[in-house]
Amino acid sequence: MSKYPASAHRLARVSIDRSTVVNVAKLARLALSEEEIDRFTSQLSAILEAVSKLNAVDTSGVGPTASILPLQDVLREDELRPGLTTEDALRNAPDRDGDYIRVQPVFE
Amino acid sequence: MKLPGTAHEAAGLLRRREVSSLELTEAYLARVGALDERIGAFLALDPDGARRAAGAADERLASGRAEALTGIPWACKDVISTQGLETTAGSRILKGYLPPFDATVAARLRAAGAVMLGKTNCDEFAMGSSNENSAYGPVHNPADLSRVPGGSSGGSAAAVASEMALFALGTDTGGSVRQPASLCGVVGLRPSYGRVSRYGVVAFSSSQDQVGPLTWDVHDCALVLNAIAGDDPLDSTTMDFSGEDFARELGQGIEGMRFGVPKEYVVTGTEPAVEAAIRSAVQEVERLGGTIEEVSLPLTDIALAVYYVISPAECSANLARYDGVRYGPRIVGTDAIETYRLTRGAGFGPEVKRRIMLGTYALSAGYYDAYYKKAQQVRTLIKKEFDAVLQRVDFLLTPTSPTVAFPLGAKTADPLAMYLSDVDTLPVNIAGLPAISLPCGLSRGLPIGLQIIGRAFDEARLLRVAYAYEQATPHHMWRPALEGARV
Repeated sequence: MSKYPASAHRLARVSIDRSTVVNVAKLARLALSEEEIDRFTSQLSAILEAVSKLNAVDTSGVGPTASILPLQDVLREDELRPGLTTEDALRNAPDRDGDYIRVQPVFE
Repeated sequence: MKLPGTAHEAAGLLRRREVSSLELTEAYLARVGALDERIGAFLALDPDGARRAAGAADERLASGRAEALTGIPWACKDVISTQGLETTAGSRILKGYLPPFDATVAARLRAAGAVMLGKTNCDEFAMGSSNENSAYGPVHNPADLSRVPGGSSGGSAAAVASEMALFALGTDTGGSVRQPASLCGVVGLRPSYGRVSRYGVVAFSSSQDQVGPLTWDVHDCALVLNAIAGDDPLDSTTMDFSGEDFARELGQGIEGMRFGVPKEYVVTGTEPAVEAAIRSAVQEVERLGGTIEEVSLPLTDIALAVYYVISPAECSANLARYDGVRYGPRIVGTDAIETYRLTRGAGFGPEVKRRIMLGTYALSAGYYDAYYKKAQQVRTLIKKEFDAVLQRVDFLLTPTSPTVAFPLGAKTADPLAMYLSDVDTLPVNIAGLPAISLPCGLSRGLPIGLQIIGRAFDEARLLRVAYAYEQATPHHMWRPALEGARV
């Protein structure tokens, strides 16, 4: 990798600790077992260590590519088109009440 | 009945009325019944729907309104929505989900009169290289039942390779059509980004996902691409307004075309037999009139790191919708947030959780620039590097996978070892290019795949090259020796 000058913005050496894993799981709305937290702590560290190779590439002045297509905004006429019926849209709901999906309160 | 070897052969039998679509469909359903207990390729079968479609196809054939795939039995990867037929994406979190609509690709094949037999097993949410991440059990490679079929479209590749369907659809985000095609000994195409609609396809990494065919030969591959390609108002990334017939120019040869062999693609860990098979394929391409030169793509080495930032980041956003509110099983906790956490914790398998965690971390405050933005900048450079080399040469020749099919369980303990299975395929996804894998030999009875990479939206010539190679070699005639498989 010596072909690529080191980036000016190097990542600090990657280390993920248990509390980071717990916090990321909270952000991702994932309930993890103690055993999963331990396993992800070591596995995510190893994967992030591997992807930190990105630092070896000089990207100064290089723009990011989010999509390889030269697309800007794709517009269409705003016209009435057929869509799902209420029944079709609700058929898979795990808990419904008439034409509503029943959920727990979000605001007290 | 003796099963036809390919979809185009079957189409000939149907057109000449030597067999009916209903007879063909019954023969494939019977074969699935006899074999799939050992292969595990299908998650759901739709025999009644298939018989109805076959009956309609027979009427269409009789009235002379048939298209190339009318009456042909096929298998659909379970990440592709099929109206009224359970679509789980290989995940517990979508157990019992009945899509209220067809994905565009499924609707197009339905309109073409093709007969869908059922849904094929895959790695959960298309994340994996061995099909072992499915919540519904592994798939066994028809060439050796103790080995993986590859992934994530492992069920689709195995269904074709064991002749339980005449073709299948898969999806390819980092190699998920090509790598299982390679490991199972069939043809697999990843079209250009923008060629095929993803409407109704369960999203994984939206900047890289594409739907592609798995078939026995290149001619079939072209016919399936004809049926599914083209712009779709329901997927704003579709760019194909060409209306091209990808089968028309197949036989025109490759005289004068230029081929690059990137030296970086024989990475550490490439099996000698794979290297030897690719070398002999390169010689064959030269014999057929292609000119060969060695080329260099120095960023190949970094592509894996780019992929394992971009795809988890996009997956963590795409999979946020699975929360047990609108569909799928719900596990109720003390409040709404707890319900999401429990539902997701129980519904996702280990690899999907790992990637959601990785993506959430890479997108979280303070790390976004260092990971996601950095990966997207390197992506710009990878795209430029491909563009520059593909101006000098028309195509690149590489292995599809560094190895042949590996034993079940061999890589499940080490995520990074599994990720390396896609080291030859994923640079293509990062750059949005089309690439095909086709059989080019065997190593101790296990198939090896040749990957041909083309310029964006150059599938017509890509298929022409693949066809020329295939027709000059015997590899596409191979079929796995499944004991007791003849029904």
